[in-house]
Amino acid sequence: MDRVIAVSSGKGGVGKSMVATTMALSLAGKGLKVGLLDLDFTSPSTHIILGVEGLYPEEDYGVVPPLARGLRYMSIVHYSLDEPAPLRGQDVSNAIIELLAITRWGELDYLIVDMPPGIGDATLDTLRLIPRIEFIVVTTPSVVAYRSVKRLLLLLLDLKMPVIGVIENMVMNRSSYVEDEVRSLGLRYLGALHYDEELEAAVGDPSELLKTGFGKGVAKLAQGLA
Amino acid sequence: MHEWALAEGVISTATRFAEANGLTSVTEVVVMVGELQQVEHEVLRFAFEQLKTPLFKDAEFILRTQPAKFKCRNCGHEWSFKAEGMTEEVSEAIHFVPEMAHVYIKCGECGSPDFEVTEGRGVWLATIKGVRKAE
Repeated sequence: MDRVIAVSSGKGGVGKSMVATTMALSLAGKGLKVGLLDLDFTSPSTHIILGVEGLYPEEDYGVVPPLARGLRYMSIVHYSLDEPAPLRGQDVSNAIIELLAITRWGELDYLIVDMPPGIGDATLDTLRLIPRIEFIVVTTPSVVAYRSVKRLLLLLLDLKMPVIGVIENMVMNRSSYVEDEVRSLGLRYLGALHYDEELEAAVGDPSELLKTGFGKGVAKLAQGLA
Repeated sequence: MHEWALAEGVISTATRFAEANGLTSVTEVVVMVGELQQVEHEVLRFAFEQLKTPLFKDAEFILRTQPAKFKCRNCGHEWSFKAEGMTEEVSEAIHFVPEMAHVYIKCGECGSPDFEVTEGRGVWLATIKGVRKAE
């Protein structure tokens, strides 16, 4: 596995799963071998964005993630069948350990991890258990979102974790607030993704998703990763 | 978790323990197997045989099951795990990710999914016997 990239945010609802899924699809579209791991156990949503249901991993000295839209894809929904999974912190930790231990990804150029929001158990476990993980952090232009995102950034900086940069999502009126803030922390501002009214209609249809303004924007950002 | 991965974990922990305690040969390894994950003992035993290194040449692997027990955090009710009546799908889900018990099992008294698995989760090394090298 060449690179493991966690798409993270201090706040929910900023579009992490959309960015993570679209980035994975876009990298795979370039012929790279890409895995997508949904670690948001209580609110998994990448399967909805990909438009795949009822997948089940194959068992072979562990479990092999099924192929979904060209991605090696692992999510708790393979096991929870999209029923509510009310898990406490310790259970989340144990489930993450279990999933990381049993999954055999095979050869990958990129593993994209869709993280749950915040700096709770899942984030702490990922930092502890996945070596060489790098972070892309997603925010919206709102000060309400960014202030929580900033706490995640400060934590990552404090722990000396590699942060690739920050993506500003759902931008309607361009302001330099987020960009200035990110730069003041000595981090890279990767770019703005404009609020895209066509995006909702493309949910569940990856080829349409990649054609939207949002999809093209993410593809451009993904190009900068190589 | 898959039996093969479990066996690898046990062998690697036992190896570290044996080395740290100066054992030149391991004669017995007792492995506790939590009931919740319904691990196949035969498969686990086979994996141990395949994975064993020269250090475990003379080792007997003994598997013991610990029954799974739950305690409701909401009403305090305690109960034991029953595999009967579970569909294969549910059983498999819990086999791979035991926390999925919270998706499919509810407290028999109050119906809450907020319970603790007090016993019988996971697989762990209980005891290890061996020959220590002469001082």
